[in-house]
Amino acid sequence: MQIVALMVLLGVLFALMAFLTQGKLLEAQSFQAIAFQMPLLGLLTLAQMGPMLSGGIDLSIIATANLVSIVMALSMTQFFPALQAPFAILLGLGLSLLLGILKGFFIALVSVPAIIATLGLMIFIRGLALVITRGYVIAGFPPDFLFIGNGTVVGIPVPFLVFAIFASLMYLLLSRTQFGLELYLFGSNPVATLFSGVNNRKVVFRTYLLSSFLAGIASCVMASRFNAAQADYGESYLLLTVLACVLGGVSPSGGSGRVWGIVVSVVVLQVVATGFNLLGFSSHLASALWGMILLGVVLFNRLFLA
Amino acid sequence: MKIPWKIQRQTEWYLLFVIIVLSAFLTVVNPKFFTLENIFDFLRNNSFLGIVALGELVVLISGGIDVSFTAIATVAQYLMGLVISTTMVNNVLLAFLIPIPIGIALGAVNGVLVYYTRVHPVIITISTLNFYYGVLMFLTKGTWIYKFPPAFREFAKLKVVTFMGAQGVPFGFSFFTLLWIILGFFTFVVLRYLTIGRKIYAVGGNLEAARRAGFNIFRVQLFVYSYIGLLAGIAGFVHAQLNQMIQPNAIVGRELDVIAATILGGASIFGGSGTVWGAFLGVLLIAIIKNGLILMKASAYWHEVIMGSIIVLAASISAYQRKLQIRREKGRFAEEQIF
Repeated sequence: MQIVALMVLLGVLFALMAFLTQGKLLEAQSFQAIAFQMPLLGLLTLAQMGPMLSGGIDLSIIATANLVSIVMALSMTQFFPALQAPFAILLGLGLSLLLGILKGFFIALVSVPAIIATLGLMIFIRGLALVITRGYVIAGFPPDFLFIGNGTVVGIPVPFLVFAIFASLMYLLLSRTQFGLELYLFGSNPVATLFSGVNNRKVVFRTYLLSSFLAGIASCVMASRFNAAQADYGESYLLLTVLACVLGGVSPSGGSGRVWGIVVSVVVLQVVATGFNLLGFSSHLASALWGMILLGVVLFNRLFLA
Repeated sequence: MKIPWKIQRQTEWYLLFVIIVLSAFLTVVNPKFFTLENIFDFLRNNSFLGIVALGELVVLISGGIDVSFTAIATVAQYLMGLVISTTMVNNVLLAFLIPIPIGIALGAVNGVLVYYTRVHPVIITISTLNFYYGVLMFLTKGTWIYKFPPAFREFAKLKVVTFMGAQGVPFGFSFFTLLWIILGFFTFVVLRYLTIGRKIYAVGGNLEAARRAGFNIFRVQLFVYSYIGLLAGIAGFVHAQLNQMIQPNAIVGRELDVIAATILGGASIFGGSGTVWGAFLGVLLIAIIKNGLILMKASAYWHEVIMGSIIVLAASISAYQRKLQIRREKGRFAEEQIF
């Protein structure tokens, strides 16, 4: 049901955007832009998906991705330039897991509601990023790192491949493992899940660990695409990831939503975003429209699907 | 309901104690801190935060949260600025009355959306924040307003009591501080003595129980979001008065200070508890910490780290108290169910 509705929406929006941009959306250049830009939104949305499936939310994914980018950037440009990209990526992913442990600690063990905990941690993490960079941009990465965001393998953009791999892994994790099942169960009814003998705290802890790790992967793509790292890149993505999840059929109260829904909704949003870009909309107009679209989708779900 | 009240009072005493210790410390660092002049100045400059914190308190008690009030205050303030700077109506009362209906209307939109969609209010209000602010920025292109009628400019200097400073500079208890106190008292009366106030506590304490007891949840949610809209409108006026300038990007981004202050003041993030007195102390504490960081010449980059830590810490204390409460009431196993 949802997938059909989404596909129809994709078709309609695509036609609308193609019409509004007078065909510019149909040019090869636009398709290429979509294929290169979509993975970043896609990976961040995958990071948002786990927390939303559990009935929570992670407001700190963008801040996490930025701090990870900065640490990778510092490793490559200042501290360990000899060790190159692989070491920086390992360091960055290690940091993302560390931040995941921090989030998991407050949400799963101290039982702070995810919204408040990640709100506070978002400011805290962004603050750390500001303290480290003093607000400056760190730029200029080695070519093997830039390959992640800008290269192609047999014509397919590398970031797209990264997204495809992690979307598949996420699919397997959610539908083929015990953790996935427990996450869905927990999201739809935590008390019943507890009484079925599931360790709820462990499920929640792992969810935020996974979310931070995916934010770390997204950070590799982001830093590589921008060829730079800064404390406040991509803040507008936060609303978009929530929108992509809700549009893709993840219920904000948790418990339902599939990876394919996310993938289609990310494509929809990227088409719209590229359309906005081609139409020359200001970032403020775009964020107003995103806000309105999210409210529209939520209302639509409530009125017709619930 | 008895135990939360007791915890509440404790929270406020701790807070008062921390405020006194911090003030004493800052006075030692800089003796100017504890002068009547500085205190009045301090209360005047924080009246904007104090007023919106009262609204956030009411929303938090009802079990919701609102992050869009900064956008509401900005829109209300900006429209007021447009009207008075183009017509140059020389009447402050009229200027004061403009942002109020705008605030209430935008708040009511939040209330309706929160009730009908049943989606977490953070998601709804982040969307409306983006929408209100995005539309305003798009239409105005961020233009500042600073051409006000003379009455509007004079009014900012209004003092309830005036003293003469050591250097012959007059200082005093600002009208805006008085407005903050009046609104605080009003909020206190609403929460404590009016039926709607008791309903807000009931809905925040246990929504399902309140629904089954026959409370109209819609009316309560509409009220709380309209109430913070109303206060955001008034605060928008206060902000324009204090700064004598309206910049569309001056207020948005300060949501978290207000939320942090309210949670620090003992309002539970789970709804159902919180007091005006606590919210007042919470605002003072946040303001003193910020003032202290400046006095101690801490780099501005550390402010966010410290504010973030405070929010997480305050929320952790709130969560821990709830855990203890559940353990006391229902036993050890029940606390595992609190997600």
